[in-house]
Amino acid sequence: MKKLIITTIVLSFIGLLNAQTPEERGLEIAKAAEEADLGFNSSTVELKMTLKNKNGQTSERSLTTKTLELTEDGDKSLIVFNSPKDVKGTSTLTFTHKIGSDDQWLYLPSIKRVKRISSNNKSGPFVGSEFAYEDLSSQEVEKYTYKFLEENGSILVVEQDPIDPKSGYTRRIVSYNKDKGYRIEKVEFYDRKNALLKTLSYSGYKLYKGKFWRAAVFNMVNHQSNKETRLEFSNYNFDVNLSDDDFTQVALKRSGN
Amino acid sequence: MNALKKVSNVSNKFAKQWAEFVIKRKWYVFIATILLAMGLGSQGNMEFDGDYHVFFSKSNPELEAFDALQEKYTKDDNVILVLSPSNKNVFTKENLTAIEELTSEAWNTPYSSRVDALTNFQHTSAVGDDLYVDDLSYESSLKSESDILEIKEKALKEPLLVNRILNESGSVTAINITVRLPGKDSAKEIPEVTAYVRNMVEDFKVRYPNFEVHSSGLVPLNTAFFEASMRDLMLTMIMLIIVIITTFILTRNIYSTIATFIVVMFSIMSAIGFVGLMGIKLTPPSSVFPTMILTLAVADSIHILITMLQKMRKDGLSKTDALIESMRLNFMPVFITSLTTVIGFLTMNFGDVPPFWDLGNITAFGMTMAFIYSTTALPALMAILPVKSKVKRNKAEVIKNNWYSTLGEFVVKQPRRLTIISIVIIGGLTFLATKNTFNDEFINYFDQSVEFRTDTDYISDNLTGIYNIEYSIGSGESGGINNPEYLKNLNAFEDWLNEQPEVVHVNAFSEVARRVNRSMHGDNEQYYRVPDNREEAAQYLLLYELSLPFGLDLNNQINVDKSETRVTVTIENVSSAEMITFAKKGETWLKSNTPEPMHAIGVSPTLMFSKLGFRQADSMFKGNIVALILISLVLMLALRNFKLGLLSIIPNVTPVLVGFGIWALYKAQINTGMVIVFGMTLGIIVDDTVHFMSKFLRARRELGYDAKQAVIYAFETVGKALVTTTLVLIAGFAILSTSSFALNSYMARITVIIIISALLIDFILLPSLLILTSKKDSLLKAKN
Repeated sequence: MKKLIITTIVLSFIGLLNAQTPEERGLEIAKAAEEADLGFNSSTVELKMTLKNKNGQTSERSLTTKTLELTEDGDKSLIVFNSPKDVKGTSTLTFTHKIGSDDQWLYLPSIKRVKRISSNNKSGPFVGSEFAYEDLSSQEVEKYTYKFLEENGSILVVEQDPIDPKSGYTRRIVSYNKDKGYRIEKVEFYDRKNALLKTLSYSGYKLYKGKFWRAAVFNMVNHQSNKETRLEFSNYNFDVNLSDDDFTQVALKRSGN
Repeated sequence: MNALKKVSNVSNKFAKQWAEFVIKRKWYVFIATILLAMGLGSQGNMEFDGDYHVFFSKSNPELEAFDALQEKYTKDDNVILVLSPSNKNVFTKENLTAIEELTSEAWNTPYSSRVDALTNFQHTSAVGDDLYVDDLSYESSLKSESDILEIKEKALKEPLLVNRILNESGSVTAINITVRLPGKDSAKEIPEVTAYVRNMVEDFKVRYPNFEVHSSGLVPLNTAFFEASMRDLMLTMIMLIIVIITTFILTRNIYSTIATFIVVMFSIMSAIGFVGLMGIKLTPPSSVFPTMILTLAVADSIHILITMLQKMRKDGLSKTDALIESMRLNFMPVFITSLTTVIGFLTMNFGDVPPFWDLGNITAFGMTMAFIYSTTALPALMAILPVKSKVKRNKAEVIKNNWYSTLGEFVVKQPRRLTIISIVIIGGLTFLATKNTFNDEFINYFDQSVEFRTDTDYISDNLTGIYNIEYSIGSGESGGINNPEYLKNLNAFEDWLNEQPEVVHVNAFSEVARRVNRSMHGDNEQYYRVPDNREEAAQYLLLYELSLPFGLDLNNQINVDKSETRVTVTIENVSSAEMITFAKKGETWLKSNTPEPMHAIGVSPTLMFSKLGFRQADSMFKGNIVALILISLVLMLALRNFKLGLLSIIPNVTPVLVGFGIWALYKAQINTGMVIVFGMTLGIIVDDTVHFMSKFLRARRELGYDAKQAVIYAFETVGKALVTTTLVLIAGFAILSTSSFALNSYMARITVIIIISALLIDFILLPSLLILTSKKDSLLKAKN
């Protein structure tokens, strides 16, 4: 609430002084959003991913995600595949970095080995879905440059340009809801030729621990291929108290079993 | 007979009254026709559609199968840019940098979804215990000599590159841009892509003049269709000039020329209005409609004008009387010839190729309007214009008439011998006609003057094939593509395909499985085989997919459920028949060597075109029979004679057989465009028969001549008219035959042959038959 008051004051000053550039305001909003979500420490969630092609044929995967919040660097996360059967137990461990490429490992239960994933490429689709790895990884403020576009009631629209030259996007148009802890309502992705590629909409938001907004459904629509991917989250748990030890290669091997 | 004669009198009376009305109300009639033509013309809207899909009807099973495959994976229209550096070695720092630069610009192509090039090829390797997937040459400008040598070695060993993106010697490479056209308005989307790519290539050539660039693919094919339409539409202007010149020579009267010009322009304006009203988008076959209408419509005017001028010059009638008399004499013949032509063109609707439906309908409408304008605007204009003519005897005409009577006498002397010779020649050519084979290689639709053709030939000669076949091979279960049984069978299919002589390249998922398996085992060549264990295969695939960058994923090769994969086979330039045989061979191999879920049918645009001619021929067969029956019925009614109506089938059908027989000696390959000529030429050549037979009958009935005299009379009266209309038709179709687009040029060429044959047959076989059949009549009469 205090944050909101400050922001409101700041915003009214902009109107009077016109001193803040759109870039500065965009960055400020991104930081505010990051700040609003600070302090969840760690969480786990179950995830069902449904892929749908143009003809409506579907395919499902189910996963479990663990996240550990870090402030000095990006978050760590561990994703375990529960289905399809052939990849059950396969899991990925990711260390997001504020600056530079993320580190990522994959545990393959069939050969009981951990393999490092080539980290140059993270713009490709995640397990055949419409989500790129970069859409799902922890959104660190340092990964983009910003430009405030417009304000519609409580919605703040900010353009984000990825810093990574290997990103699949030229820009993302993100809609923040300033009245709901700067949660993201919608993201539009523009591809390398600056054509609208995908829209991600968040729905079924719930407030956890009185502070953390989490959406129950992420729906990604690819406008060029007419394919869709829906992520449904359930069983959010913010009381798991995970630590660094739960996000190591050893833990990765263990998690699959 | 009396009843029919009454009908004839009624029609004569009607034509006369009609003419009198038109002349009396000439200004009203003329203004009304201007309003009609302008009104229709204002609705005109000429839009072009170059998408190759237009050649296939919605219900075409090959198109349905191909669309289904594209929906399962990705819809891939492409532009392939082939780069040939002058030093004949792609692998230099400068050349790789240039390729990398062009590749990154290619990503900006409108609607592009993927760009495959040498530099961004996703090379897999084992680094320590890890799988490393990365661009084959990233930031090439920073590479050292030894790096480049290493890249060259890797590239030339890579089965997914060689013969697809890179030639075997490493002197030519390609960038393949896949575009996903929304398909909402192909008339806009395709030019957008083409314009961008052409600009990009121009800029590239300025920066890197040492590169030669050739382009092909489905988008350039569509562009070539598009541009062929526009070029063929331009032929209209040449035909218009020919119409003006011909009319002037034949009538030797400036006002007649103006009137004819106005009538044909009105007809074309109305047809353009029809195009707009019906929302037809022009394609190469349908874009020739103005030339067709010009060619066919001018005959109506010429018949009416020549008679009128003759009546004025020879018989000394006043302008009005001559006009009325000409209308009385020509109304029925012009009506009947228009009717048969309209029937002929409408039968194109029986076919299975939509652009020919459009051509048939637009031309049929244009011809109907040409009939209306020839019987309204034309006489009204001639009444308005100050046409004057002196009564004179034209000596040259007398000599010409002599020439036609000489021909008549020659025929009359030896009807039996001429019939036998004709039948032998026609029989021989009919036999030859069966030797023609269908070939709808879409590259060969364009002649060497078209850049698409020469570029595509260059690509076929130096790098890869343009023709392909695709199979979507199922496993029968979700995730089943990782089943070792499936992978082994897929691998065997891939190997079998590679052994076939016509195969240039095979892209199958088994190659991905082998490659990843090898890299997962420290790049050990022994593991360059499909994994033995399902979980292993699935998890390797997961790892591999997680390592791929934007736009270079496997979604174009694997369906969402991981139950099917796509096999793309690139084939040398082979004929349609060989293409169909090859696809069948593949299908049969799958049936006899793999479990049922893996059985698949081959599909691709190439295959769709290969089958197009056969499909069109099958569906047009019925249409041709209908046309023959209808046109013969019209003839029987027009001639008021059942027997002669039946007899007319011979001179109407045989020219087509002769035409295809001569074609067998000329090219022996026929395409989809030529299938329609039977119905179309039938409607045109029947005019010759109608005129000749009606004059023959008039001589018999009204003048009481015997068969021989009647034949000579027919030669004298209509010989010249038939030759002149044939010349106009030949001029029109000869102009169309210069089209760079084979569906149009072949159709026009065979039509020229058929029209000439028709005239010869009508001058030799028809009169011989008339005499021979009449003899029997007279014998019968004598007996009675």
